[in-house]
Amino acid sequence: MSQSELLLDVKGLTVRFPTTDGVVQAVSDVSFTLRRGETLGIVGESGSGKSVSNLAIMGLLNRARAQVSGEILFQGRDLLGLDRGELQRIRGKDIAMVFQDPFACLHPLYRVGNQIAEAGRAHGMPKQAANARAVELLDRVGIPNAKERARDYPHQYSGGMRQRAMIAMALVHNPAILICDEPTTALDVTVQAQIIELIEDVKREFDIGVILVTHDLGVVAEVANSVVVMYAGQIMEYGPARQIFDQPQHPYAWGLLDSMPTIERRLSALVPIEGSPPSLLAPPPGCPFHPRCTYRFAPCPVDRPPLVAPAPEAHLDACHLPWEDKARLGSARSVARLGDAA
Amino acid sequence: MLLYTARRLVWTLVVIFCVLGITFLIFYKLPNGDPALRFAGKQPTASLLTEIHHRLGLDRPWYIQFGRYAKNFFLGDAYGWPGLGYSFSGNVAVLGQVVQRAPRTLMLIAGAAVMWLFSGVAIGVVSAVRRRSAVDRLTMGFALFGISTPVFWLGLMMLFIFWRRLGWTGGSGYVPIAQGFTAWFSHLILPWSALALLYAAFYARMTRNNLLETLGEDYIRTARAKGLSERRVILKHGLRSSLTPIVTMFGMDVALLVGGAIITESVFNLQGLGWLAINSAQAQDLPTLLGVVMLTAAAVAIMNLVVDILYAFIDPRVRYT
Repeated sequence: MSQSELLLDVKGLTVRFPTTDGVVQAVSDVSFTLRRGETLGIVGESGSGKSVSNLAIMGLLNRARAQVSGEILFQGRDLLGLDRGELQRIRGKDIAMVFQDPFACLHPLYRVGNQIAEAGRAHGMPKQAANARAVELLDRVGIPNAKERARDYPHQYSGGMRQRAMIAMALVHNPAILICDEPTTALDVTVQAQIIELIEDVKREFDIGVILVTHDLGVVAEVANSVVVMYAGQIMEYGPARQIFDQPQHPYAWGLLDSMPTIERRLSALVPIEGSPPSLLAPPPGCPFHPRCTYRFAPCPVDRPPLVAPAPEAHLDACHLPWEDKARLGSARSVARLGDAA
Repeated sequence: MLLYTARRLVWTLVVIFCVLGITFLIFYKLPNGDPALRFAGKQPTASLLTEIHHRLGLDRPWYIQFGRYAKNFFLGDAYGWPGLGYSFSGNVAVLGQVVQRAPRTLMLIAGAAVMWLFSGVAIGVVSAVRRRSAVDRLTMGFALFGISTPVFWLGLMMLFIFWRRLGWTGGSGYVPIAQGFTAWFSHLILPWSALALLYAAFYARMTRNNLLETLGEDYIRTARAKGLSERRVILKHGLRSSLTPIVTMFGMDVALLVGGAIITESVFNLQGLGWLAINSAQAQDLPTLLGVVMLTAAAVAIMNLVVDILYAFIDPRVRYT
């Protein structure tokens, strides 16, 4: 993994939305990397800053309303330093995105094939070639009778087919990075697995780096190579997927795993995380998770823990607990309890 | 689609028939002077009045009269189709009067409609894209002015400034296009502008609000994510969805105006259908008034049908069965 090309290097990404009620600190000092062929899972609850981080990478945040700082290095170029035209040439060509709700993300009044071909034409592909490419990709993502179905309107597609069409649209220019923002949340359970599988397939076939945003830990456990756990706009834990699930180090990650249903665990046995996420208008001082954390002690409400590796064999986390406690409490929650995930 | 159109067409005829019945009843049951008196001259004798009553069919029960009117309306009468009867006051066929007046009103509506549609949508797009900017405030201020300014005041002010003071345009009255394009145009430009201003203001507001709503949709974000230019995102993806309700409103607005942009016609003395309606109402010339009302009702019903059918082409999700 470490030998392959470094595609994305996000350093200290911070996104703030000034509002009339105050400044919303949506993303605070977030850093991660993505390599070619890697699937990076970003997990966290709603409002944890997952989507905003990715919109910032895509340059889709309204510059008039969002203050974005830090660095987003894409193949060495800082995307935050580019002007609108330069960003537009990268969007949809080198970095493509698949969104959460395929029912709302396709234009209802244009044919599906036309919308995919438009992504081709947007970056200079001739019309004929773009149309042919649209059909080819629809076929590749598993739409039967792609040539005819390309002439359908989105409402004639099922949810899963629409998400396949969105993936086809993203692949038109063989992008380096594919960002999938909760691509399965709006779909039926049976279709979810197919879509995740498709994303993994195209990742291998097109040799791209995938950022998979989700709150489905099962999906992450299955396909991600590395995992970022976000909470209240900050990274709580970041490391290789296997380590995160085998040896989670952060109490928030423990909470997430305890609240996840598996084949063995009935709903009544689930342990929810008490309380609710903090307001991003006035985040608590210190560790943002401390008001809900059962392991909190003296420094937690005071100092914000840095994202560091607590031991040479450990991965990154942002927690004040001593390493011995993390190791002991974390391994008790090994992913072995999650059944099929490994 | 074909079956749907046929069914809607039948319904449109039924609607027109109902409107006809209601208006006929209202007008013919209203207490008013005996129309035969007008025809009978200065010294009406009882036998003359009876004869005129008989000739106009006024001696028959109202339902027979209505039946005759309805039959003539749908099938035509001695003066052509649709049969609108004979005027009580002008000693002419109603249809002839309508045919004479209609081009003036239609010219007025057509020119104004083009003006308000294009300017309204353009202004709406600009102010939506530059939301909260000076341009937006200025144009929305203009829209408020347009909506709240009465046409009779605006029309008179325009005539005063552009015709009397500046001499840039023709004055009031209608000049047929046969007498020269320039004269025709210079007499119509002020009525067009006066009528269009109100509607342009409405359309600008509606376009702005629709477009702002559309631009918040997820598929707009998809369009941006493809790397489309902002111009294409707004004009191709945003405006397309915003236009659907505008088409509906446009159809209805145009149809309603057929009954006469009465105030505009009066201010500029265009003597179109609105003027005809007012005159015949004042003269208690019921057949003529009924004729204009029926024409408007038919225009509204038919435009409704046209808009509904257009919808299937504008929005592929709409499929009629």
